[in-house]
Amino acid sequence: MKESVNIKRTTCSHCGEPVDIERDSELNFCCTGCETVYHLLSDNNLCTYYDLVDSPGTTIKNSLERKRFDYLIDKDVQEKLIDFKNAEVATSSFNIPNIHCTSCVWLLENLQNLNDGVLQGTVNFLKRKLTLVFDTRKTDLRSIVELLTTIGYEPDLTLHQLEEKEQQSIPRDLWLKLGVAGFSFGNIMLFSFPEYLNMSVSDSVDTFKVFFGVLNILLAIPVLVYSSSDYLKSAFAAISQKGINLDVPISIGIVALFGRSLYEILSGTGAGYFDSFAGFIFFLLIGKIVQKKTFEGLSFDRDYKSYLPISVLKIVNGIEQSVSVKTLSVGNEIVLRNNELIPCDSILQSDSTIIDYSFITGESTPVTKMHGDPVFAGGRIMGAQSKMLVSKKVVHSYLTQLWENDGIKSNEQRDHSTLADRISPYFTITVIGIAIISCLIWLYIEPSKAFTIFTAVLIVACPCALALSAPFTFGSATNILSLNGFFLKDIDGIESLGTIDTIVFDKTGTITDSEKANLTFIGSPLSEFDKQLIYTTTRNSTHPYSKKICSTLKEENISDLSPDFIEEVRGKGIHSSYKDYAVHIGSKSFLEDSIGSKINTSKRPGSHVHIAINYEYRGSFEFKNKLRVGVQELIEILRVNYDLHLLSGDNEKDADQLSKYFKGTDNMHFNQSPSQKLDFVESLSNKNQKVLMIGDGLNDAGALKNSHFGIALSDKTSSFSPACDAILDSKELRNFKTLLDFSKDSIGIVNVSFGLSLVYNITGLYFAITGHLSPLVAAILMPLSSITIMVFTTFATRLKARKMGLKIWA
Amino acid sequence: MGVIFFLILFSISVALIFLAAFIWAVKSGQFDDKYTPSVRILFDEKNSSSNNKTQTSKRDS
Repeated sequence: MKESVNIKRTTCSHCGEPVDIERDSELNFCCTGCETVYHLLSDNNLCTYYDLVDSPGTTIKNSLERKRFDYLIDKDVQEKLIDFKNAEVATSSFNIPNIHCTSCVWLLENLQNLNDGVLQGTVNFLKRKLTLVFDTRKTDLRSIVELLTTIGYEPDLTLHQLEEKEQQSIPRDLWLKLGVAGFSFGNIMLFSFPEYLNMSVSDSVDTFKVFFGVLNILLAIPVLVYSSSDYLKSAFAAISQKGINLDVPISIGIVALFGRSLYEILSGTGAGYFDSFAGFIFFLLIGKIVQKKTFEGLSFDRDYKSYLPISVLKIVNGIEQSVSVKTLSVGNEIVLRNNELIPCDSILQSDSTIIDYSFITGESTPVTKMHGDPVFAGGRIMGAQSKMLVSKKVVHSYLTQLWENDGIKSNEQRDHSTLADRISPYFTITVIGIAIISCLIWLYIEPSKAFTIFTAVLIVACPCALALSAPFTFGSATNILSLNGFFLKDIDGIESLGTIDTIVFDKTGTITDSEKANLTFIGSPLSEFDKQLIYTTTRNSTHPYSKKICSTLKEENISDLSPDFIEEVRGKGIHSSYKDYAVHIGSKSFLEDSIGSKINTSKRPGSHVHIAINYEYRGSFEFKNKLRVGVQELIEILRVNYDLHLLSGDNEKDADQLSKYFKGTDNMHFNQSPSQKLDFVESLSNKNQKVLMIGDGLNDAGALKNSHFGIALSDKTSSFSPACDAILDSKELRNFKTLLDFSKDSIGIVNVSFGLSLVYNITGLYFAITGHLSPLVAAILMPLSSITIMVFTTFATRLKARKMGLKIWA
Repeated sequence: MGVIFFLILFSISVALIFLAAFIWAVKSGQFDDKYTPSVRILFDEKNSSSNNKTQTSKRDS
């Protein structure tokens, strides 16, 4: 199949349409309308709009493009995308990954100016989510999605999204519980003040005591029933499963505090500890909110469904129809365009196509497939549209099978018990032991006080500060890490990060930068004029190798010639002529065919692109993966303390380049399939090694999920990443050792604050056992210990981070 | 002394109004997104179209 290439291709800076008259300036416009809009946007500092996508203002003009969104007419699809609907208005929300600045918010919230069917648009910036209210009589879902795509904000519509609704990051009822607890805490504290100061007015003592007592009980009941319900339920669940978590001693404290206070007030023997009780719950809930903090807009639990598109063009009786991928069955004929993912295993029907499998195999070089070749789900089509015949349903495809792999599913077996949970059985038993012993001693000394002492011990030993230590330290550490480009799925992840002893790297895209390959020319040196010829030829091709050669030459300031003729032979090479010169660039066989004789190419492994000028072989460009900046240094430091391994889906072309960093070739494994990667990580885990896996693509997904701690490396944190425990911004990979050390040190800070809270507990126990735990002492001691822990952990982590040279402010 | 009972009951009912306001704020979703409103307040609204505020349906979940 041959294809002529348009030589001049100047496009409008606003809408991307071709321009007839070229001007000197950098900016070209197809019409005055576009120019006006451009200046309007630039005057209002909305020019970032143009950085959003490669071709801003993509227009959906031809009918083929329009068909892309045909499936949005489908009732079932609509039902899943629309949150609320009545006869006139409907509400729908979209995830739009392209939202990246305040201008985007402005543009999207003013959509009603572009489509009068839209009534209101609300953007949630952190979640990159747009909620639209629209008039169903004036517009429909498809027009809205098309409009969004036209202005460069294509919604992320995937299978995954259709099947489940997302959860809120911090549930609303947690805020409500905190509000109720805070309200009661403040008011009870106020009513208990006279008691603290011993202000008993002789004549009306009883009336006031009863009045305040009743008010305190009324205020404390919602705290017990509503605010503390999570702790009580969790403790009850733990006990009924014959286990003890930290919620058990907390609940014992809650019940003891409430029961004792209720008894004191009803019997008229004292004022009770309701202030401590409400304050205690209030601080615990603050800790819980800190713990629930998540990174909105980041997604950690993606499976294959979120990678596959919702719909695909199917050919029915010669007509292209947009259908949901789920309905595809064996034997269907489908059409895929440039940059689309193959939804299921198929057989290619077009003459040839180029497929990029980097997504599933990690192999960075796109492969050429010919008519009749099988192609696998997850590959990305590059170049012209291709027809294929479905050979397996979506759920039976290679990619899907990989996901359904047993190993991946069994991740629940990983132990994720936190330090606090591990010590709580001992803590609980010790506290109950002390309570019983002191009760027995007091029975001997003064039996009337024994019950008081017993409850006092339970109250004061309540591990409030203990429960706050980990959330506050890790919460603060997680914030600092996120400022430095390392986003953890949940704050407990830091604890598992601290136990790591083995690190497994993926190669392609992780330690090498797939965007930047090193290009070296092998053969007799090229003259300036040769380079011009090559530059001119490759400039007009869309093949990734041509683009790479072109961009490398562009850096050398090679000027452009205007060729007389250019022809690209798909999957083989490119041929051009300029005056008397003929240029052939491409694969070995392509050059041999055009020169008409065998050529001797270098024996070096790796990918080569061969060059012939005037039917004379000149040499080849060799593509070598380039290591990311700072990776060498990182591996140098890490190998001191950790067992390092390399897994690569790629071939061994970079082995010699990397062997010096991985203690020879034993720890390097090439040509690994995704399931081999998974098995390798599993075999290390079986040897009781705590494995940290760093990977980037879907091919690492199994290994990431099965490792003790999986990190997905991402160039854009807003874009997708496979299921993992943390996402690392690829720019920060070089600082990874510091981030790792910081995580380990924050565990030290937790231990210190555990110690601090135990000191408070022991002090309290002294008061309790000697029978001096007045409500005032409790009211001072309990909030004081909580606040000390909050302040200590926050300052200690920030101080530590500053010492290590990490960013601590946004 | 009776005035103290009145004052306390009055103050507690004022506090209850604030609690109710907080509950309303949470339920209407004001705590779901604590960042975007800070951006939105900076936009000029002079060129907004007329139907801007006429139909706003509330979405509670």
